[in-house]
Amino acid sequence: MLTSILKRTAVTAVALAAFSTAAFAQLNELKIMAPAAPGGGWDGTARSMQQALTTAGIVKSVQVTNVTGAGGTIGLAQLIGAKGQGDQLMVNGFVMVGAILLNKSPVNLTQVTPIARLTAEAEVIVVPADSPLKTAKDLADRLKADPAKVTWAGGSAGGTDHILAALFAQAVGADAKKINYIPFSGGGEALAAMLGGRVTAGVSGYGEFEGQIKAGKLRVLAVSSSKRLENAPDAPTLKEQGIDLELLNWRSVVAPPGLSADQTKALIDTVEKMVKSKEWQEILKARGWDDSFLAGAAFDTFLKAEIERVSKVMTEVGLVK
Amino acid sequence: MDTLLSLLHGFTVALAPSKMLFCLIGVFLGTAVGVLPGIGPALTVALLLPVTFKLDPAGSLIMFAGIYYGGMYGGSTTAILLNAPGESASLATALEGSKMAKAGRGGPALATSAIGSFVAGLIATIGLAFLAPWLVEVAVHFGPWDYFALMIVAFVTVSATFGDSPLRGLTSLFLGITLGLVGIDKLTGQARLTFGVPELLNGVEVTTLAVGLFAVGEAFYVASKRFRDPEEIIPIKGSLWMTKQDWKRSWAPWLRGTAFGFPIGALPAGGAEVPTFLSYSTEKRLCKYPEEFGKGAIEGVAGPEAANNASAAGTLVPLLTLGLPTSATAAIMLAGFQQYGLNPGPLLFAEKPDLVWGLIASLFIANVMLVILNLPLIGLWVRLLAIPQPWLYAGILVFSTMGTLAVNGSPVELAMLFAFGFLGYLMRRYDYPVAPMVVGLILGPMAEQQLRRALQISLGDPMILLENPGSATLLGIAFVALVAPFVMSGLNRFKASED
Repeated sequence: MLTSILKRTAVTAVALAAFSTAAFAQLNELKIMAPAAPGGGWDGTARSMQQALTTAGIVKSVQVTNVTGAGGTIGLAQLIGAKGQGDQLMVNGFVMVGAILLNKSPVNLTQVTPIARLTAEAEVIVVPADSPLKTAKDLADRLKADPAKVTWAGGSAGGTDHILAALFAQAVGADAKKINYIPFSGGGEALAAMLGGRVTAGVSGYGEFEGQIKAGKLRVLAVSSSKRLENAPDAPTLKEQGIDLELLNWRSVVAPPGLSADQTKALIDTVEKMVKSKEWQEILKARGWDDSFLAGAAFDTFLKAEIERVSKVMTEVGLVK
Repeated sequence: MDTLLSLLHGFTVALAPSKMLFCLIGVFLGTAVGVLPGIGPALTVALLLPVTFKLDPAGSLIMFAGIYYGGMYGGSTTAILLNAPGESASLATALEGSKMAKAGRGGPALATSAIGSFVAGLIATIGLAFLAPWLVEVAVHFGPWDYFALMIVAFVTVSATFGDSPLRGLTSLFLGITLGLVGIDKLTGQARLTFGVPELLNGVEVTTLAVGLFAVGEAFYVASKRFRDPEEIIPIKGSLWMTKQDWKRSWAPWLRGTAFGFPIGALPAGGAEVPTFLSYSTEKRLCKYPEEFGKGAIEGVAGPEAANNASAAGTLVPLLTLGLPTSATAAIMLAGFQQYGLNPGPLLFAEKPDLVWGLIASLFIANVMLVILNLPLIGLWVRLLAIPQPWLYAGILVFSTMGTLAVNGSPVELAMLFAFGFLGYLMRRYDYPVAPMVVGLILGPMAEQQLRRALQISLGDPMILLENPGSATLLGIAFVALVAPFVMSGLNRFKASED
């Protein structure tokens, strides 16, 4: 059983490799940097790319490196230092936009060559099952009454969860500066505070709370995507409930600055081929990631808009002075 | 009864030759990376993840679990032999273990740590099989107030590492707490004490401080007095194996260590450090030979090492029952589950009983394999100590440098390692204990964050700490532990030891 799988994999890999070298001249080597420790989302994305790129025979050899520190900005600085090198990519995402501002980082995302957005995950706002709050509007009313008395539990300060809480307060007309947001290091700790009924609401990626939602211990007030989620069709979006807010925790890849048009195109083509490969689609499905591929100039525009939105709300909340 | 049947069924899955092979590969790799500097079980599993994509899910998860357990065994080896704790969980082991190694008792130290790990792993895995659903209910209700109270209990126990002078011990502790302030404040996202150095934003790495103070500091100190007052290292004295006396002194600490490690490891923010400290100080208090502590008491190795391993099994409780990873390795194992489309959580036990129980059964097998693999290695390891001193310490310096660079390849990190090394030398020279400083760095930020979270939730009312039965009880324990020694022996001893 095992050997037959192995054999089949080997045969496919060889066949694909032969095909790829014959059909088009491509990058032979690619370095993908995950600007975080092994185990996190960026690292997972980098390693999944490595897997898809090599098994689909798009790139012969892919090397993943981890550069940890300061919300990914150490890795970003390193990437910017690798000016003109067209064989490198770095994974990043929404969280890095906030981290750059928060850390007063000397480098920022306008200095790199944007390649493509890859995946996106919707955020959910949840309450404990026995909470009196039933809809996003109930929560909005509480916030408008006294924002300081509504306690939010979520991930790190300045991260996606925090920004969603602040944008939510803004969108419903409450004072975002006064929100009482409590950052936890991970879903587990936040969960304890929530199940204990001590905090009003929790914010997180859907995946992190999925088990508890399905087990009926947490109730979803709203999802932050534009459409309802496939695996949680009962949870309404914010927009459906009359709150004009949409936010996705996206992940993308960027390349060093100073690339020629040809170099940039080669990287975008490589990533596009990967996104369309069967291998990548399988990974997306297995990991529960949503495909949100957006490349080149369109991604560049999107990135700039996100940077503006995040810096505005972070200044308003007082995270950035 | 159901659980027992499921577990037996799990064994039929795990005892299949292919699964045993995966398990063997896992424990072998785990032991190797546990000993090598810089690569831990988390990175190893991350590297293997893409390779195992096409393999059978049960097999590769069994291999990952083997790596995780193996890494815990391997980590103590360097702590004992080289006084270089490769992870913060082996810190307490290094305290007595390295002293034992220098006195020629490296063999028994490694043996008690291997057998203690085995015993703890075994009991904790039984706990995982039978108590997980119940324990997790308790664990998820452990709020920030309870964690803060637990940290306070741990702080009280730090005094066990102070040596003779409480004043010097406290100085060292506060140095550590100050270092703990460096970096981005987790609750407001603002940088503290980073002086514009971006590498400092993530704070001071515990292993950098520990290896700097312990291993590098000691190497400098030994070198400084090589010609005046050379220190003898005795490679082997007496039996290589544990004596009857060693067994007698080890079994109770093993059990107590497990009792600390497993439940605290199962808490989402419990970790492996707190139970090892609690175990160390408990053993020091209960030991019939307290004067041996600080000079190489076997209880001080047996207890923390059991606590360390039991907490590793504890970590699997929230991972399997809730899908919550509470350590770096657990986070990658979660990714491993997900790559096969499996979602750990309340439903996993019902949906994939073969896989879950096969995995739990394989943990028992991994444990047996590890003890068989590790015991014969002891004879080989202790020979390291027969290396002439200059070579040995030069080797330790190379090993520490490599390890630090492998974890975080930045010149700032390396500069910190040697700055801490120099500080470690000064502290030894002027007779300040180094362990409290590392403990301060670990516990300080945890206590601070949990207290601030608790107060944020209670909207600023400190009574939250006393209103909750869990935190109130723990604070009571801390108070008793703090006051009891003074009440019992009067203030005389305290005064006499104050110089």
